[in-house]
Amino acid sequence: MLSPAILFAAVLNGLMTGAVYALVGLGLTLIYGVLHIINFAHGALLTAAMFAAFFAHRLLGLDPCVAAIFIAPLFFLFGYGLQRFIIGPAAHGDDRNILLVTLGLAVIIENALLYAFGADTRTINLPYAFDVVEVGPAFVALPRIVAFIAVFAVALGLWLMMRWSDTGKSIRAVAREKLGAELAGIEVAHVYAVTFGLGTACVAIAACLLTPSYYVNPHAGNAFVLIAFTIVVLGGMGSVAGALIGGLFVGVVESLSGYYLGESLGQIGIFVMFILVLLFRPRGLFGGPA
Amino acid sequence: MRRFAPTLVVMALLATVPLITSSNVVLNFLVVALLIALVGQGWNLLGGYGGQYSFGHAAFFGTGAYITAVLQVRYGINAWLGFCIGIAVGALVGALIGALSFRSGLKGSYFALVTLAFAEVLRVVASVAPVTGAGVGTLIKLDLRPEAFQFQSRASFYWIVLGLVGVSTMLMRVIECSRFGAYLVAVRENEDAAEALGVNTTIVKLGAMTISAAITAAGGCFYAQYFLFVDAGIAYGPWISIEALLAPIIGGAGTLFGPLLGALVVKALGELAKLATGGAPGLDLVIYGCVLILVVAVAPRGIAGVLSDLRQRALAPTTALAASLGRGHG
Repeated sequence: MLSPAILFAAVLNGLMTGAVYALVGLGLTLIYGVLHIINFAHGALLTAAMFAAFFAHRLLGLDPCVAAIFIAPLFFLFGYGLQRFIIGPAAHGDDRNILLVTLGLAVIIENALLYAFGADTRTINLPYAFDVVEVGPAFVALPRIVAFIAVFAVALGLWLMMRWSDTGKSIRAVAREKLGAELAGIEVAHVYAVTFGLGTACVAIAACLLTPSYYVNPHAGNAFVLIAFTIVVLGGMGSVAGALIGGLFVGVVESLSGYYLGESLGQIGIFVMFILVLLFRPRGLFGGPA
Repeated sequence: MRRFAPTLVVMALLATVPLITSSNVVLNFLVVALLIALVGQGWNLLGGYGGQYSFGHAAFFGTGAYITAVLQVRYGINAWLGFCIGIAVGALVGALIGALSFRSGLKGSYFALVTLAFAEVLRVVASVAPVTGAGVGTLIKLDLRPEAFQFQSRASFYWIVLGLVGVSTMLMRVIECSRFGAYLVAVRENEDAAEALGVNTTIVKLGAMTISAAITAAGGCFYAQYFLFVDAGIAYGPWISIEALLAPIIGGAGTLFGPLLGALVVKALGELAKLATGGAPGLDLVIYGCVLILVVAVAPRGIAGVLSDLRQRALAPTTALAASLGRGHG
């Protein structure tokens, strides 16, 4: 059986991975909480951002963490445009249409990347990628600790923005009562697009944090799609705190089931959990009444 | 018999194609398009008529394909028998997933998510389980005898898949005209109202999902016999879930010939894209995605909807006249 030290290391590594999952889930839950749509293009947007981070490093020599400062606003604009000019107008406000449009976007983005860059798997080599930090009896890779801290910084920033800024207030108003917000002079289509942009920016930052330790190819984001859905369903659709806790929880579950069941069956642990939560508690473990 | 007339005419016309051309390229294209039409017809029953959008029809396609292949290769069971068992097991998987998700009241996006998750679980299991050949996949031995469901000529395969499309389309027509079909459309239009009027919506959706899964599984069984190779990415991969919904949505969801029309258009576009780029991967799917969004945005009822609008417009003068005459009498 496992010694406590290995168990501790597994849990710790799970928490580090889970933080990045949480950030991907945060983008998804933000979009769901306001627009009430499930964004099936989320994984493809993550892949696109990973390519952006990769080429920022390859062509401009930017460290992915520095590149995030440029890539996040870029993807905010991209997400804004997608919602404002494609998803919104194309879907005619019908939920089933939105499902199809975001699925179509996912197919387009993923395969455009495949067409442009081929199926090759790329990795970034950073000098500090294999530096480790000693945490108690365990060692953790430096990029993962940076990512862990960055995720909480982003979550805090997002929370402050939602709480105090005018944009945040109008987003919350639209989420709470769309018609009322519209009557009060808030432009709902704009707020929707801003929210979608913020969700996309979250994914872009997650991508920049992933690239130092994860490979980049046109299907790389897929591995995160169901994980992100799991987190969001687990934490309760639309709940930001739920996404954070759900992300950390899923990271630990994946890490532990990876140790016990092996790499490929470790994934199943997540999917089974996902299906069970969907079937028996679709409003999530931490979500309020539906 | 009259209710089947349009289906029979279309099938009879398509059945003459191998008599006109023996080009393997043409026949291969049509076999694949008809296979997608079959899989799409399965999706159409649940998604088009019932309004329950599944993103995981690969679960049924893959089950059919694997059952057919594995039964033959590992247990020496006759291919035709394996084909029938594959359809039955596919239907069972559909009933199980349906029972679990509909009893939990999953609708809309949640239903799409849970079907996607089930297909992914099956994919991961199939890619590690020894009985499916794990990562290597399962290769069916070449045995060109009709008893082994393998044929020298593509024409035989063509007629078989055409027959399957014909049978499924007629089945769809029977359902359209039945009480069950009316309940199903009622569920799509307004589930709460249907429930209030005494329709047992869970049973109706469950029935639709089971038949839908059986039809899609038949497509998977046929795939295994036609290509003689199955692996986890082919059988349970997202590509087939996407093609299964692409064909009916583009052709016209909830219409009899939508999946067939959509499959032909989609596959033709895919071939054109391949010609234009010299077979570089990705571009055909980019085009599918664009067409999907365009259809949703501009023609939500698909090609069949556009055609019926055009016919309505052609008939419009007479209709307007009749209406004005009717008003004159009133």
